[in-house]
Amino acid sequence: MKKLLNANRGLIRMACIIGVVLSLVTLLAFAMNTEPKNNNPQKIMVVKDSIASVQAFKKVYSVLMSPRCMNCHPSGNIPLQGDDSHLHTMNPQRGVDGKGLYAMKCANCHQPTNTPGRNTPPGNTNWHLPPANMKMVFQGRTPYQLAKQLLDPKQNGNKDMKKLLEHADDGLVLSGWNPGEGRTLPPMSHADFKKAWTTWLTTGAYAPKK
Amino acid sequence: MISLNVNDQNFEIEADPDMPLLWAIRDLIGLTGTKFGCGVAQCGACVVHMNGEAVRSCVTKVSRAQGQKILTIEGLSKANDHPLQLAWNEENVPQCGYCHSGQIMSAAVLLKENPNPTDADIDLAMSGNICRCGTYPRIRKAIHMAAELSRKTGTTK
Repeated sequence: MKKLLNANRGLIRMACIIGVVLSLVTLLAFAMNTEPKNNNPQKIMVVKDSIASVQAFKKVYSVLMSPRCMNCHPSGNIPLQGDDSHLHTMNPQRGVDGKGLYAMKCANCHQPTNTPGRNTPPGNTNWHLPPANMKMVFQGRTPYQLAKQLLDPKQNGNKDMKKLLEHADDGLVLSGWNPGEGRTLPPMSHADFKKAWTTWLTTGAYAPKK
Repeated sequence: MISLNVNDQNFEIEADPDMPLLWAIRDLIGLTGTKFGCGVAQCGACVVHMNGEAVRSCVTKVSRAQGQKILTIEGLSKANDHPLQLAWNEENVPQCGYCHSGQIMSAAVLLKENPNPTDADIDLAMSGNICRCGTYPRIRKAIHMAAELSRKTGTTK
């Protein structure tokens, strides 16, 4: 009887040892696999880094506040024009959908492509301002205000992180780098802008202090 | 060969796809009521309707106009009796007259979308049509008169 009990204890001890060893091996295997797992391709990896994020946003801000972007994100209901961002001649209005009013709709002059010649109407198939119920104003915004606004779905056109990242390649955004003759380009290439935009968002989308 | 539908008539024209619609309308089709002003969408003299919108034909390429419904001042009414034409005549609006085809075509879009415009609505709609003679007060007055005529007769286009 005593022998039988001793044998059982031995088996239990052995099972415990094997269990511990297997657990260790499993843990070691996880620890050695340093590649981040992304089982959901829709999930965006965010590695928080407030310094890198704020630095990246400074670049983003310099582009968004350049005339090529800001001119169609005015604080009023009239778009801006030119490198000095004056009010658009003829005072075209935003309208409800951002596409103008009556005989003064954007597409009446702005063609699907740029019109040849200096300072002629630039073109895009989707030329418009943000709509009246979501004005997405850039003009006059501080870096802090603009960063917060860009992240707020109630103010950014209902964009989540994925849509914000994709927006860097939006056709109208890209047209900022094809503005037609007589207009300066944004202060960096589209590739550099996209890199800064992506870095800002994927390092935590921190807003500058001011 | 490019197909254009102008004033409900089909035209086949030999033209470069980049040719401005204004050139095709005036020089190839022969409808000279629409005028050339600035050539860069700044003055409104060349306004025609494309699918009911007041496009500037000097910067609209024929390739964009192909397959669309184009309406010029000649097609606005069958007997020059569109309420705007009647009001323009009644109020003696034009001085030199050069810009008025464009003025009337722009005003027609305004009345179609807003049959009872205020002065402010008229200013917003017409601010892209320049008149060197400064006939703006008469333009505004005539648009109000046309709006009233339209309401009486139920005419819009």
